[in-house]
Amino acid sequence: MNKPLNDIVRAASRREVLAVGATLAGSSLLVGCSLPTILSAGSPVKPGAFGAFLKFDPDGSVTVLSKHIEFGQGNHAGLAAIAAEELDADWDKVKVEQAPANAKLYGNYLMGGLQGTGGSSAIANSWKQLRTAGAAARAMFVQAAATKWGVAAGEVTVANGVVAHKSGKQAGFGELLADAAKVKPPQAPTLKDPNSFTLIGTPRVKRKDSGLKATGKARYTQDVHLPDMLTAMVAHSPRFGGKVKSFDDSAARKVPGYVATYQIPTGVAVVATSTYAARQARDALKVDWDDSKAEKRGSAEILQVFKDYASGKTVAPSGKDGWQPFSSHGDAAKAAGGTAAVEVAYDFPYLAHASMEPMNCVAMVGKGPARLMYGAQVPTLDQVNCAGVVGALPGSVEIETLATGGSFGRRANFQSDYVVECVHIAKKVGGGRPVKLVWTREDDMRGGHYRPMVHHTVRVTVDKDGYPATWRHRIVTQSIMKGAPPGSPGGKGLDTTAVEGAMGSPYLKATPVVDAQALTPDVGVTVLWWRSVGATHTAYVMEHTIEQLARKAGKDSVEYRRALYTKAGANRHLAALNLAADKAGWTTPAPTGWTRGVAVHESFGSVVAQVAEVKLENGQPKVGRVVTAIDCGTAVAPDQVAAQMEGGTCYGLSAALFGAITLTKGVVDQANFDAYRVLRNSEAPTVETYIVPSTNKPSGVGEPGTPVIGPAVANALLAITGQPTLSQPFVKT
Amino acid sequence: MATTVDVNGRSYNVSSPPDTPLLWVLRDELGLTGTKYGCGIAQCGACTVLADGNPIRSCQMPVSALGAAKITTIEGLGGATPLQQAWVKLDVPQCGYCQSGQIMSATALLAQNAKPDDAAITEAMDGNICRCGAYQRIRAAIKEAAGMPSVAVPSPALAAPAPKA
Repeated sequence: MNKPLNDIVRAASRREVLAVGATLAGSSLLVGCSLPTILSAGSPVKPGAFGAFLKFDPDGSVTVLSKHIEFGQGNHAGLAAIAAEELDADWDKVKVEQAPANAKLYGNYLMGGLQGTGGSSAIANSWKQLRTAGAAARAMFVQAAATKWGVAAGEVTVANGVVAHKSGKQAGFGELLADAAKVKPPQAPTLKDPNSFTLIGTPRVKRKDSGLKATGKARYTQDVHLPDMLTAMVAHSPRFGGKVKSFDDSAARKVPGYVATYQIPTGVAVVATSTYAARQARDALKVDWDDSKAEKRGSAEILQVFKDYASGKTVAPSGKDGWQPFSSHGDAAKAAGGTAAVEVAYDFPYLAHASMEPMNCVAMVGKGPARLMYGAQVPTLDQVNCAGVVGALPGSVEIETLATGGSFGRRANFQSDYVVECVHIAKKVGGGRPVKLVWTREDDMRGGHYRPMVHHTVRVTVDKDGYPATWRHRIVTQSIMKGAPPGSPGGKGLDTTAVEGAMGSPYLKATPVVDAQALTPDVGVTVLWWRSVGATHTAYVMEHTIEQLARKAGKDSVEYRRALYTKAGANRHLAALNLAADKAGWTTPAPTGWTRGVAVHESFGSVVAQVAEVKLENGQPKVGRVVTAIDCGTAVAPDQVAAQMEGGTCYGLSAALFGAITLTKGVVDQANFDAYRVLRNSEAPTVETYIVPSTNKPSGVGEPGTPVIGPAVANALLAITGQPTLSQPFVKT
Repeated sequence: MATTVDVNGRSYNVSSPPDTPLLWVLRDELGLTGTKYGCGIAQCGACTVLADGNPIRSCQMPVSALGAAKITTIEGLGGATPLQQAWVKLDVPQCGYCQSGQIMSATALLAQNAKPDDAAITEAMDGNICRCGAYQRIRAAIKEAAGMPSVAVPSPALAAPAPKA
């Protein structure tokens, strides 16, 4: 996701110029400023004495400000632990607070300076930053104590939040606070030798929010109640690209609690005094839609278009809108010849993210700076998009990020769709009156921004030992990056989000001739990254194809992969595979009735290997034990790594078994969990997680656990039935 | 017309229209926001509360249909029941949005079956969706709270001692 996000930044820069130009014509102050500087203009946030990431209270407690949103992935625990480790703080006295939107202070350097959470980058991009912040603050307390006690700073120690000297003098952070705040922060404080870590990498790194979430006290956007607040709901076009032709709100007006109706760019909004009233009034709206520019095809027709491109029946345009090569080498003509050992096509449906908390947002516009409260995944991009609506500097848009009921990628999009929608409504209401936009489950599920539908064709010939000799690969899907604002470079040429995981695969590296190309034709259905993005389909295609090749070659699944990883120099793949195979007892018989399947995939800098035990129950796959090995560099919070492997596995398994959004004549067929089946408790596997010991800096954890289980299960099913599984979901309804 | 409801041992006269689902009365009128909206059609369980000790989906229960039922919400548990303590000990929540509903379903289960087996847990908990997939910790926390041996899953999840970076 890193490359695409750079594109977002460039796109944001362009929009920025427009927004600023429109509202501050003639202002030359901003010309030539870096993006983060422009975005922060007007922001009230000022770093404190200990920098932008740490606050200390007289009672000795330490607050770590998180620039990243916590929507379940556990990053707040890890981020706090990184700072606390260098600070030698008392972990029990460490708190986490969400930082406000301010790109200058809180930009994600893996997102080119935008403040945002995504691409499984939170821990990785904060690793050095928070270590440095913690070490600098520690040095300030040490210096303050040394001066106060008249001893050498080198003789002052810090442990568990206590600053001490061998003479017996000691003090907590709270007691030294006033003096330490006056010490000039060191610019390059000495960081700990990782061998002396006492917190990082231990089970002591627990979540700080479990208590709030086990008592109903965590405050989500849905829970915001402000004086005089109105609740808004919107009637959206049932087809993507549909516009309001006319509407009749006479029935809506009769609903007790109804306040007003507004036509906005995305549909017709009603505001009311309660959620139930807003729902009734919205549902009572009669809207006539103009579908002249809407996507009117069904998903089956769109898939057929993809298939016709892949087979060559439809000729694609040339140039940047045409086929784009990736990971190709050798003589392409050879990849079309010879006798194929495996020649298959795979289909993947659209997928909704379906986080437990549907999209929502609170906005106040028209009295002082615009103010928003919601689960902001890329707050400084949202600032830019909202600034264009209210006519203000992006940095002046105040954003408070709340506890968030999941995202899986949905809350980060180029248009800031539901956030901008809320700001439009709040602007109509005006006067700074709080407006809470609530999307129902149906709005959320039919609201697009899906994992794109994807079609792959793969044709592989093998050498005398059964290993790939030539590999021809075609991917047809929608471009996620084409959703970027006009002028963004993301939509032209190869969209890496469509091919990542196939691109860079060690299997392709180990194959002498590769002819791999991708095509991303335009479709009106909105698409977006969905937990693990391209890997949601490429991991499946690569791993299930390799499994078919291994079987054809009569070789053991693990041995076959080992040989290819060795040839490709993929040592981390090899280590993760070996650990998973060892812990799963790969060389011993599976428990009676169960069959094992293995899969390995690298995404977001981490390699995950899984061995799944699978059986067929009433014709449906049942997944039992799943042994997972992950190389994520230094594991800051091992138990949260395990939690993400457990959860990511469930998320991926849910999609592989049941997930599908389909359309009929442009209208989404599924609206709620009755039709969009998701994994339930009894269907969840038992995931065991093992972490490959590593001295590398941390890499991603939130997404890499998702894409591996699908192929691991399919590979077990291949062993059971002898048949490959060439489309998802496995369970057809 | 005012409707009277008994929530967490307290009687309230509520002014919401009588067909209003209990969920919205709890959240919008009584300010008890621990009970969540997830689907509105009794499919996900995020809105689960207890009515005389039995789990119900408050999104599908008109407030006027409650009669004299005594409603318990997550706020009414007190915050330190064995289940809630187990939830914290095992770090069950991820995004946490479904967890009030999960805990209410589990509370009803343990009240009726102090030592539930796997089949009983499945029956009680399969109506509660968790998109983060915290399912295995939910099962483990129920067993922990019931004083039953937990699933043998390695924790901490390290293949070797803490990594030396």
